[in-house]
Amino acid sequence: MIAIVDYGAGNLGSVVNAIRKLGYQPAVTREPRTVLSSAAVILPGVGAAGDAMENLGAIGMTDVIRKVIHEKRPLFAVCVGLQLLFSSTEEGGLHKCLDVIPGTVKRLPQSLKVPHMGWNQVKQQVRHHLFSGIPDEANFYFVHSYYADPEDISVVAGTTDYGVSMCSVAIRDNLVATQFHPEKSGNWGLRMYSNFLEMALSKEGRYGKEKGN
Amino acid sequence: MLTKRIIPCLDVTQGRVVKGTSFADLRDAGDPVELAAFYYEEGADELVFLDIGATPEGRDIMVDVVERVSKQVFIPLTVGGGLRGIDDMRRMLGAGADKISINTAAVHSPGLIADGARRFGSQCIVVAIDAKRRMGGDTPGWEICTYGGRVPMGIDAITWSRRAVELGAGEILLTSWDADGHRAGYDLELTSAISETVIVPVIASGGAGSLEHLYQALVVGKADAVLAASIFHYQTYSIRQAKAYLAEKGIPVRTDQQIGVCR
Repeated sequence: MIAIVDYGAGNLGSVVNAIRKLGYQPAVTREPRTVLSSAAVILPGVGAAGDAMENLGAIGMTDVIRKVIHEKRPLFAVCVGLQLLFSSTEEGGLHKCLDVIPGTVKRLPQSLKVPHMGWNQVKQQVRHHLFSGIPDEANFYFVHSYYADPEDISVVAGTTDYGVSMCSVAIRDNLVATQFHPEKSGNWGLRMYSNFLEMALSKEGRYGKEKGN
Repeated sequence: MLTKRIIPCLDVTQGRVVKGTSFADLRDAGDPVELAAFYYEEGADELVFLDIGATPEGRDIMVDVVERVSKQVFIPLTVGGGLRGIDDMRRMLGAGADKISINTAAVHSPGLIADGARRFGSQCIVVAIDAKRRMGGDTPGWEICTYGGRVPMGIDAITWSRRAVELGAGEILLTSWDADGHRAGYDLELTSAISETVIVPVIASGGAGSLEHLYQALVVGKADAVLAASIFHYQTYSIRQAKAYLAEKGIPVRTDQQIGVCR
């Protein structure tokens, strides 16, 4: 089963539509048990990171997400979902986040228009099945004012330039996170979800094995 | 590099697209769902749906249109026209809209911008500004109008854009009521004045008649995106032609997902 975590993120419907378009029937859930028993978890996100943390906490989901990641189960975090994985964010004052990837979330430089809104290129920094069939420097749709700055660059799987060179795709074990919105990024975005789900749902657990787990 | 966005606008009333009856390749060019899918496949970067009737029945129909479009079109969707409050916004977002455009309601109750931004995030809140050039005076100036450009409000457009962004607008959809419908080009002075005032992206609207006009709005007007209705609806130009033209002139545009161009 594919679980899409419902913690009040406004773009939940778009994520559901994209996954259904690929032929899957995802479960939209706020039940810890459902999330813990799913083969793949998607953590959507728009809006402020502080609010998102609060909303996750309100449905008892923060430790559940940490557990899913700790157990190296496939999880795809989107936009604010990616930011929540880091230690803390500067958005709206300093807020603690899930702290599963060391690093902070910072404000984009003010020299350019903020939010960073529109289609921008993702430079693939690693070879990974997530990028299968997607050309290097393909365009994806971004909308955000903050960006993640990981301490350990080995998690950086894709980068995008906007005033800074930022981590736009993070991968660690079976955890995947994108700063852009695959559900709003046309064919490449759908392909990325499809690649993730293929890895997550393959019987052999190929996804986990790829990195030798 | 962030690309410049090309945004077709679908004017809808009672569930039908108002312009665009000359589409040879569509079964029903008046069907917003079919037209949206067509533009998506052609490489449109976003779509804007404006309910120009702005009646309660029209709004119900628009919810249905947005629901159907969002199941097959995977680019950002903005919906506007007659949206009055948080409940209207929530309904449209729930149906699959990514952004809500507010105009008259925002001018009458600016707190709605802040409320919307707080509940749904700034990225959801597009403030549409309809601006008319002031007559007389030595320096150019514009005042905002509401109710589809009919009612001048005596409020300066630059001042209002600054205020809207302070309140939480994530983007400005700027329409020149002097240029709109004339196909003689965007109001470049207005566009650059607003674009230089606010930190958020500005979508230029009103006046596109040629591809050169799109280029001017992006370069001279310093817009982040260009919106056009009739040049695309009447198939004067296709989205693909527009992007090829802009790319040729050195403007960064997204060309990697058009039909036949996918690698």
